[in-house]
Amino acid sequence: MRPNINVKNRVAVVGAGLTLFRRRLMETPQELSWIAARQALDQAGLDFNDIDCVVSGSAPDAFDGVHMKGEYYVEGVANGKPHVRVFVGGGTGVFVPVAAWWHVASGLCRKVLVLAEEKMSSASRPHPQAVFKHIWDPLVEKPLNPNLIWIFAMEMHRYMYRCGVRKEDIALVSVKNKRNALDHPSAQAAAKITVDDVLNSEMLVYPVNRLDVSPVSDGAGAMVMVSEEWANRLTDNPIWVEGVGFNLDSTNWTNRDLGYPVYLKRAAEMAYRLAGIENPMKEIDVAEPYDPFDYKELHHMEGLGLCPPCKAAEVTKEGLTQRDGDLPTSPSGGLLGVGNPIAAAGIMKAIEIFWQLRGEAGARQVKKDVVTGLAQAWGDLMQVGTVVVMRR
Amino acid sequence: MTDFKVTPLSEDSFRNAIRESTSPRAVYDMAPGEAYTKFFEGLREGKILGTKCPSCGLVHVPPKVYCQYCYLPLTQWVEVKDEGFVETAVVVYIAAERERLEKPEVVGVIRLEGSGDRYRYPGLMHRICTEPEEVKSSRIMGAKVKARWATERKGSINDIECFEVVSWK
Amino acid sequence: MDPIRVGIVSYGFSGFSPSVPSKSFREMVFEAASKAYAKVGLNPRTDVDAFVSCKEDFWEGISITDEFAPDQLGGALKPVFTVTGDGLLGIINAYMMIKTGAFDVIAVEAHGKPSEVMSYGDIERMAQDPIYLRPLAFPSYHTVKALEARAFMKYSNLTREDLGIYVSQSKRNGLLSNRAPHASSLTVDSYLSERELVGPLSHSDLAPRSDAALVFVLASEGRARELTDSPTWITGVGWATDYHTPSYRELGRDIATKNASEMAFRQAGLGDPGKQLAFVEADERYSFMALMEVSSMGLVKDLRQPLRSGDLSRDGSLPVNRRGGALSEGLPLEAHGLARLASACDLLDGTGAVVSNMGNTSAVLVVRP
Ligand SMILES: [Zn+2]
Repeated sequence: MRPNINVKNRVAVVGAGLTLFRRRLMETPQELSWIAARQALDQAGLDFNDIDCVVSGSAPDAFDGVHMKGEYYVEGVANGKPHVRVFVGGGTGVFVPVAAWWHVASGLCRKVLVLAEEKMSSASRPHPQAVFKHIWDPLVEKPLNPNLIWIFAMEMHRYMYRCGVRKEDIALVSVKNKRNALDHPSAQAAAKITVDDVLNSEMLVYPVNRLDVSPVSDGAGAMVMVSEEWANRLTDNPIWVEGVGFNLDSTNWTNRDLGYPVYLKRAAEMAYRLAGIENPMKEIDVAEPYDPFDYKELHHMEGLGLCPPCKAAEVTKEGLTQRDGDLPTSPSGGLLGVGNPIAAAGIMKAIEIFWQLRGEAGARQVKKDVVTGLAQAWGDLMQVGTVVVMRR
Repeated sequence: MTDFKVTPLSEDSFRNAIRESTSPRAVYDMAPGEAYTKFFEGLREGKILGTKCPSCGLVHVPPKVYCQYCYLPLTQWVEVKDEGFVETAVVVYIAAERERLEKPEVVGVIRLEGSGDRYRYPGLMHRICTEPEEVKSSRIMGAKVKARWATERKGSINDIECFEVVSWK
Repeated sequence: MDPIRVGIVSYGFSGFSPSVPSKSFREMVFEAASKAYAKVGLNPRTDVDAFVSCKEDFWEGISITDEFAPDQLGGALKPVFTVTGDGLLGIINAYMMIKTGAFDVIAVEAHGKPSEVMSYGDIERMAQDPIYLRPLAFPSYHTVKALEARAFMKYSNLTREDLGIYVSQSKRNGLLSNRAPHASSLTVDSYLSERELVGPLSHSDLAPRSDAALVFVLASEGRARELTDSPTWITGVGWATDYHTPSYRELGRDIATKNASEMAFRQAGLGDPGKQLAFVEADERYSFMALMEVSSMGLVKDLRQPLRSGDLSRDGSLPVNRRGGALSEGLPLEAHGLARLASACDLLDGTGAVVSNMGNTSAVLVVRP
């Protein structure tokens, strides 16, 4: 039952790799890319020579301080092959497999290396957050000297106000994800913490405290995506990319209600239509909603239609989103627990769904049997949603 | 699977490592465009100007020469009241480079009156002259505010010093 | 199963002037997009399935410049994304998206406003490897390109006089274009009297810069035929990224262009492209690059002969940039590839190859009426 009868070529994931996520890694962007790619190829049973296309993603050039950095970090991986870097801000990590999907589904490529790299530590002074100084409208916003966290705090407060959600309800997400990350071998910010720890951590921008936010990180992740023919040749256990979705709202974030992410709803609808999903609440077995901030996981669950609007906090409080719950979310530990090397963090979420559906998530494996999973990311000026739906 | 390890560096070991420093020089002189030019001229006069869409009726502040929802060129300029409602607000303890501010400030988004629906509205991010406590109690949400204009204006978003509360919700 | 064919149904442009101070880049893109949609009666809010924007953060002066992509294209609350690279890479992605069967109509945008980049040379230098290359602090950001030019001229046995033939011919071709403020009737003699700036390159070898925006609309075969009587069909696409480190590259040949063209020609079923192609639209951000592409695509055996005999001129058997290239139009950064594609669509009288070459990445399109 695939309602989009126009799409004829199926696309599968057959391998994935992920480096450690850390505040600072010695490796260059090129080395991180190569290492993650090598791991993914190993799992797929392929070599660099077998790959016919590379699709990559990375967040702002300003982190590395390298203009057109896609060509730079991909040096050891592309080797004169077709390569394109796609970019949708924080949504990039999940968008890279989306773009890789059409490389294969178009019939043009058969074995695609899907790469996301981020080295935030290079932007060392005064703090990597300074890179975000230039994301603003240079004329109406930048003169106010904003920090990126300001506007996320504005969205968080709007969400709290609109839905009657309290800070302590939101903090439960941070507690859950950081604990889940204790089982993730790449994790940078795994911890056993309490709601009080979150509420008492450094106040950055009310209502955002230090422990509501994911850390800055270095890291890289990669996947191998192939055509149906190659999937069947390479593995008995392919994971199919059945739905992809993306959507970008207006640049003018001060002109729309931040309480509900309409753009994400549209992105999810696109992915569900392709995947033939009519009732995501019933059909999605495990999800990795994007969680650079704890409130975002809730906000995104609602946008994805995994629970009714304003109900995500309640669902979380009831424990349904724990690994042994009905709707496990961020079983990886998410960005809050594993770390947030921006594009690499997004692909980490897609990779987690791949591993969960393969039954290869080890100590992180969710309790229920999972057939269909979803990974999602978000970015730009709170305006982009990117979604992939995968099936076993 | 082969085990490819990466190497975490502590701040100490990084300080002692061989490294290369580079400070990008990126300087731009950007054309504000037709819409912002008029908008900033308005601010200098103490007026908030917007462009009105003939199709959906939305007044665009900050203004544009096109309506992104109807994809029509906008040519009708209207003055918008310098009053509105607090859509959202936060207390900022840090600024652009994560430096801590000596005194926290309140900033937020002001929904200006005159057009829009539940989802879309003319609006500006700006400072709100109020106490942090009013934000933490959420009392500020929905409060009616009015622009406090700078006495010396030069055609910049900072010609508005802040928005002040006129009445609570 | 019949593969889906993809056609270009329309394009619009704005600018092609050394600077456009009255309009922001968003207003320029709005103008270009409005023209492109109007030509074929499309409403982007209802009739376009997805939008692709091609740009680089440091050229825009905005970090995460994707934020500023949707509104002026009619893409707000619709599928929109950014390709960091030349506009032809955006076309190639749109081509693949339509070929999946999930999209029917896609708009592709690229723009450049180099007049607003005050530290242009410093931005160019920032594309160099920050650890190995940038610390060498070459006196000019053209240095690496000059090394390539020298190696290429040696590989192809070309002299500065040969470069002069190309520059003179291409700048004259530009006189026929309405997008080419830098076109001129420069003679080979006056070219040869120019002082060398870096290596073998003199002033007229370097494309001046210009502000421009272009928007293209692509559609699946069925939709394309509904929208226009004369679509430009894309019959092959190829792209490739070469090594970033200059010393790893084969400087005399452009391997990225070679690989990209082989891929595109294979799809288009061109066994002998040098004979089968009616024209080439080549990247001309440096004079020698256009020639290097013709050579790297394997279209000629020995460049000297067709160059000196006029085969590559407007009336020759394999004309290159028949209405001039970046030397005449100026270089609008990522929009240059789309400027080439626009020229190809304007004059389309046979099968042609369109090439862009930004950084170490080349993109090649084969188009035909
Ligand atoms: Zn409208």
